[in-house]
Amino acid sequence: MPRKIRFKLNGRAVSTDVMPHETIVDMLTQHFDLTGARESCGQGLCGCCTVHVDEKPVSGCLSLAWFLDGANVRTIEGLADGDNLDPVQQAFIETGAFQCGFCTPGFIMMTKKLIEQHPKPTDDEIRHYLTGNLCRCSAYPEIIEAVKLAASRVGLRN
Amino acid sequence: MKPFTYARPNSAAEAVKAFAAAGRDARYIAGGTTLYDLMKLGIERPEHLIDVTAIRGLDRIETGGDRLRFEALAPMSAVAADPVVGRDYPVLAEALAKAASQQLRNMATVGGNLLQRTRCLYFRNGAGNPSSVGVYPCNKREPGAGCAAIGGLDRGQAVLGQSEACTAVSPGDWPVALTAMDAAVEVLGPSGARAIPIAELYRLPGATPHLEFMLAPGEMITAITVPKTPAGRRSTYHKIRDRESYAFALASAAVALEMEGERVTRAHIALGGVATRPWRATEAEQMLAGQPLTAAVSLAAGRAAFAGARPGRHNGFKIELGARTVADALMIAARRSA
Ligand SMILES: Cc1cc2nc3c(=O)[nH]c(=O)nc-3n(C[C@H](O)[C@H](O)[C@H](O)COP(=O)(O)OP(=O)(O)OC[C@H]3O[C@@H](n4cnc5c(N)ncnc54)[C@H](O)[C@@H]3O)c2cc1C
Ligand code: FES
Ligand code: FES
Repeated sequence: MPRKIRFKLNGRAVSTDVMPHETIVDMLTQHFDLTGARESCGQGLCGCCTVHVDEKPVSGCLSLAWFLDGANVRTIEGLADGDNLDPVQQAFIETGAFQCGFCTPGFIMMTKKLIEQHPKPTDDEIRHYLTGNLCRCSAYPEIIEAVKLAASRVGLRN
Repeated sequence: MKPFTYARPNSAAEAVKAFAAAGRDARYIAGGTTLYDLMKLGIERPEHLIDVTAIRGLDRIETGGDRLRFEALAPMSAVAADPVVGRDYPVLAEALAKAASQQLRNMATVGGNLLQRTRCLYFRNGAGNPSSVGVYPCNKREPGAGCAAIGGLDRGQAVLGQSEACTAVSPGDWPVALTAMDAAVEVLGPSGARAIPIAELYRLPGATPHLEFMLAPGEMITAITVPKTPAGRRSTYHKIRDRESYAFALASAAVALEMEGERVTRAHIALGGVATRPWRATEAEQMLAGQPLTAAVSLAAGRAAFAGARPGRHNGFKIELGARTVADALMIAARRSA
């Protein structure tokens, strides 16, 4: 039996009918055409499915959609303001912190929260915080550079 | 996935009622990071889910008074980041921070964590696993089927507490730290509330490895309590894994020490990654009492912790690794100021 859930998605109030077994990723892709958070491992290992629920990053592949009733959800699609990219997105582009790009939305969503908690992150803090994100193209050195660049710009802005 | 119904009660009492009404094949679901993962793999096949996440006020962290109390729905990340826990009980904070990833720690609850299932390759390699290479028998998954890990690829398997039927490791880090610290678990069930010492929550596999916990059907974990002890500050959770990035323990030790000068007056030691349940190293604790904590004494205590260990084909290294993990943990804890 489907059940209606209401929540905030990238700042907009939305509602949809979800089946009990649907994950957050299933729902975002199939009901809202949002394909940034994607399922890769499906077992909580890789971070490709990361979204923010009530300001906390979670793995959308192991989270049931119905958990979102009443929640505030942000996905990678909600970061840019029109054509103005978020500083984290901009930093990933400028440092070339991806090749195929499959893992990138997950890394960017994590980096947003990382630099809130560690405004001047050390390499160790970055490695620990991003430990749940895997990049098969192994752009790790550039990703660390991107995080630091983003942190320095966000720091200047505040 | 097998179809299931679900309920979303607003209180623990309602949850227990909903479970009883649903009958057999019901499960509570909290973060879902164990349960839903295993449902995707076709290993857990519940018919009813009782979602406990809508229960308000069951996620408090209380550090005043003579004990710590963590309510069941507190996320792992919240307890790991609690300043009092981090300062006075580093063993607890480290056991949580070194487990899983930030995303999973935000989802997973400290109550659900106690009931996570083994990561044994053969257990997880059921018919529903898309990456499985054939289905191997597992007594935990299908009682009576046999165990392919015994005599198989057993590098990750237990060296303590295994039986003829099962050698699967108890995977959690947090339960090991709680075992060292003499925690208790508060539960609410159809016949009322009770508290269980954590040492009595976990079963040895014996002939029935599919039975893992000493909980009655429908009992819900509501909180975890840890008695306060001066050993808390001189404590650590030392975890050795295949890689520095997140992974389950090959060997781990939760250690807390009371000392007078260089001498240990009381040691708390529990082992992870090496045993079929969270493992209290009583012999090692007794051996240390009254001793000065030198490197040699620490290693002797580590060896004592593994005196009863039995290796399989490929996991004999865990005995030496485990003993040295205990020794290192003791030295790390001793250097911390009380
Ligand atoms: C990729 C990955 C890596 C991981 N790495 C680690 C690691 O390194 N170390 C580690 O310790 N753990 C690790 N974990 C395990 C993780 O910590 C557990 O899955 C998590 O703590 C379980 O909590 P949950 O709230 O998600 O439980 P759920 O999945 O919701 O539930 C787990 C079990 O407990 C039952 N349950 C849940 N809440 C209650 C309750 N209140 N009362 C009674 N029964 C209840 C459920 O019915 C189910 O059987 C990892 C998990 C994944 C997916
Ligand atoms: S797809 Fe969710 S963690 Fe890999
Ligand atoms: S850029 Fe290809 S997986 Fe990371």
